[in-house]
Amino acid sequence: MGHPIVFLILATVAVFAAIGMLTSRNAVHSALYLVLNFCTVAVFYLVLNAPFISMVQITVYAGAIVVLFLFVIMLLGADQLPKASSNGGLQYILAIFATAGLATALILQLSGFGDGTAKPESALDASPEAIGTLLFQDYVFPFEITSLILLVAMMSLIVFKAQKRKKQDG
Amino acid sequence: MQFVEPTLNLSVILPIIILTFSTLLLMFVDFWVPDERKDITGWLSLFPLGGALTATFFQWDTIKGAFNSSVLQDNFSTYLSILYLITGMLSVLISIGYIRKRGHGRSEYYFLMLFSLVGMMLMGMANDLLIVFLALELLSIPLYIMSGFDRTDLNSEESALKYFLLGAFSSGFLVFGIALIYGAVGSTALPDIAEGIATSGTVGLAGIAMLLVGFMFKVGTVPFHMWTPDVYQGAPTSVTAFMSVGAKVAGFAALMRVLISSMGSMDEKWIPALAVIAAATMIVGNIAALTQTNIKRLLAYSSIAHAGYILMAVTASTKSDDGVGAALFYMMTYMFTNLGAFAAVMAMERFSGNKQLDLDDYKGMGKHNFAFAIVMMLLMFSLTGIPLTGGFVGKFYVFKTALEADLVWLVIIAALTSVVSAFYYMRVVFNMFMFDGEIDMPTVPNALKLVMAVAAIATLVLGVLPADWYTIAQNALMTTGG
Amino acid sequence: MDWTLGTIALRALGVGFLMSFVVITGFAYTTLLERKLLARLQGRVGPERAGYIPLPRKGKKERKLLGGVLQPAADAVKLFFKEDRAPDMVDTVIYNIAPMLTVIPAVLILAVIPWAPTLLKSSPYPYFAIAPGLQVGVLFILAVASIAVYGVALAGWASNSKYAILGGIRATAQMISYELALSLTVLPSVMLAGSMNLNDIVVAQEGLWFFLIQPVATLIFIIGVFAELQRAPFDLLEAEQELSSGYNVEYGSMRFGMFFMAEYMKMISFSAIAAVLFFGGYRGPFVDQVPLLGILYLFGKIFLGLCLMIWVRASMPRLRYDQLMNFGWKILLPLAVLNFVVTAIGIVLHSEGILNLPLPG
Repeated sequence: MGHPIVFLILATVAVFAAIGMLTSRNAVHSALYLVLNFCTVAVFYLVLNAPFISMVQITVYAGAIVVLFLFVIMLLGADQLPKASSNGGLQYILAIFATAGLATALILQLSGFGDGTAKPESALDASPEAIGTLLFQDYVFPFEITSLILLVAMMSLIVFKAQKRKKQDG
Repeated sequence: MQFVEPTLNLSVILPIIILTFSTLLLMFVDFWVPDERKDITGWLSLFPLGGALTATFFQWDTIKGAFNSSVLQDNFSTYLSILYLITGMLSVLISIGYIRKRGHGRSEYYFLMLFSLVGMMLMGMANDLLIVFLALELLSIPLYIMSGFDRTDLNSEESALKYFLLGAFSSGFLVFGIALIYGAVGSTALPDIAEGIATSGTVGLAGIAMLLVGFMFKVGTVPFHMWTPDVYQGAPTSVTAFMSVGAKVAGFAALMRVLISSMGSMDEKWIPALAVIAAATMIVGNIAALTQTNIKRLLAYSSIAHAGYILMAVTASTKSDDGVGAALFYMMTYMFTNLGAFAAVMAMERFSGNKQLDLDDYKGMGKHNFAFAIVMMLLMFSLTGIPLTGGFVGKFYVFKTALEADLVWLVIIAALTSVVSAFYYMRVVFNMFMFDGEIDMPTVPNALKLVMAVAAIATLVLGVLPADWYTIAQNALMTTGG
Repeated sequence: MDWTLGTIALRALGVGFLMSFVVITGFAYTTLLERKLLARLQGRVGPERAGYIPLPRKGKKERKLLGGVLQPAADAVKLFFKEDRAPDMVDTVIYNIAPMLTVIPAVLILAVIPWAPTLLKSSPYPYFAIAPGLQVGVLFILAVASIAVYGVALAGWASNSKYAILGGIRATAQMISYELALSLTVLPSVMLAGSMNLNDIVVAQEGLWFFLIQPVATLIFIIGVFAELQRAPFDLLEAEQELSSGYNVEYGSMRFGMFFMAEYMKMISFSAIAAVLFFGGYRGPFVDQVPLLGILYLFGKIFLGLCLMIWVRASMPRLRYDQLMNFGWKILLPLAVLNFVVTAIGIVLHSEGILNLPLPG
């Protein structure tokens, strides 16, 4: 995957963006760190020779989802988050331990020193054609279920919106 | 990459196709149903369910896979589909009048319920973690909305929000677990995982743990049960009935399939974990229920406790041949009993104001409406596990299978907690027959009477003549490939 | 020349620098074009004092030839030398990066535009662009266009002003709404060409430009671009009467200038995209013999696009907000979906030989 230096730079940015997102107490800043993280992940995909996923990652996550986050934050004026609750200390420590443990296991496994056999994926064909073929050949059923989920989600929104309007009228 | 048309084998998902497309059709029909008569849509929604149920009956005893075996049709999935569809029918019946009277007679309620049922049916058939996740979302998203259906009621809103946030959180765990397993094994298909999981090491184990956490959230076992009482209490009662049965059974269905057919070789790792969770669930659920005064909250804790009993059978399922059968039989009794119990709660609910229904409200019921009180008593007996009711037989088989799997300590805890549960279930019965009180009961709609009658008869039949039904449950075996 | 990684990178850098320079100069003169053309359309003269060649006329005032050629330079000097100050209580970091975030996507889009068939015989790529290796150029455009909203939204938020934040919120809602229709109208071109590479799309238009096969998509695309650029009649986020110019109200000096720069550069890049997707890109007479002509043709098409934008600005009144939303969701989006479906069916029927349609390939 590309040059090790490219990877190191990207990885550093990605990790710091993730940490920044968690620790920032301003919702807009958090959202922007999230965008930064998404963009670095997109570059990862690009380096891995998967331009389609990379562009979709940016369009969908950075371009649509976080924009909606921002929209809601701005509309509600909810940019300042309250201080963390008092038992935050213990939670932080536990979270750090769990993360460190998982990271160690993953690193060991992937570098070949772990107790399991890592399965490196062979070079994938990630061109738009290959992805389309996969979607409509091997994953056609999950694809259809997803469309049903989206339909349900849309209907749900309509339920909430329509009921609210009724309340205002009456 | 050349496009090869996939072999479709549509007969496997025929019930799902019928249910989905007739629901879509119903959505169009609903355009012409006037706003104040949305009951019609409710009644019409029985047709998709009936059609799917008929198709499902014909699937019994055929084993087939479709879409590269990512969905499987075997007796296990067929049995569960029948359970869900019956749940759906009974839930629609109890909802029709209720939804109208609470002043939100919107037909989307029924569509959401039907789509949620599609998700549940897929949960039983999924043979690929990807399908498991999608099915779980398809079943959950409608439930989030339905529990908030009563928008004028703050409790309902609280219920929806809590359910949504925690549900999304637990989905996160599930997906992370799936990702780790994929990383360790290189596939999301259950047969492939069964091959590779034993050598997958710590990462695979972490994946299993995350997966279990996700499932435990969904079925509401201790320590992931915190959302259950608030959500069950706040949601409209018809929704509570539906989700306390459907969502729980579906969660267990996918859990069993995943654990047994793909992680059976790792059972010495997960049996202790599940056994501890089951024990904790039974203890906490039953003891917390003791202090409840609100009937819906009481039933919520009771459903937590029952999740513990089902989990006990799941824990035993790799060591004992009857584990799956016992769990499935237990689910059947639980379905009828719990739906009946919630129907009985709904019959008592007042639709004006925001008053919650307390146990004290049942005082004097024996004199006021004897038949109702008898049915309620029967259901409470069944939930406790008193002989001659379905609940007893279900518990009996679960205990038996756990003993076969050498989980003696778990059986002792289960037996003791069953005794504890008698206290709170019997309080309802005592309140009905031993005390006098003013009963302010609205006229019970016929649909509700029907559901209660069905529930009572089914409970009795399963209790008195369980043999045939248990054989069916035993035959509902899982297969690993089509 | 030997094409190694190093030379490819150098080439990309060189071409990138060149084209950015051209477009940045172009942007400056687009402002002049807009002012002159608007003035003409409204029966005025427009800027004429900066840098004209006086032609004396007998008995009358002198005639000003090329009036206003130096106007952009004068504007730039003015903007640069204004005092750069920010209000109190702004979110300093975001306030400062927001203008940059508006300019960056505008420039980035240029990376994938094919300007001409390949100019050097030895080039490993079949066309001339800054980043010719990217096979998913269409997606790149959609991706960059979708993050373009951040600059405006954040400028509005960071300014800590009611007018600005209202402008920012309007911008976000508007861009999300129109992006769907815009993306859906890009797809027919992709389907017709069978590729997401912009050059393949241009090549597929040999003989038949796609706007003839896809008139609906072209129209929706153009409307979508107006919304995406937030230009009249969709310029609600800077509605002077309501928001006193909206998201950029708290900005001054060159920071303010950067918002303008972004707007005009996006006009140029979106005109180029429209030309590539629907109007044959660099294609024109003799372009195969003389590849350099391709650049001229494309610039000509861009110029026409800019004129159209200015013309619309001069003639159309601004929409009301609910009209904007209704139009986007209830008319444009269903129409785009319908067009998409019809195109897909048409292509399948054509390739199965059932219908004989004038399609490429």
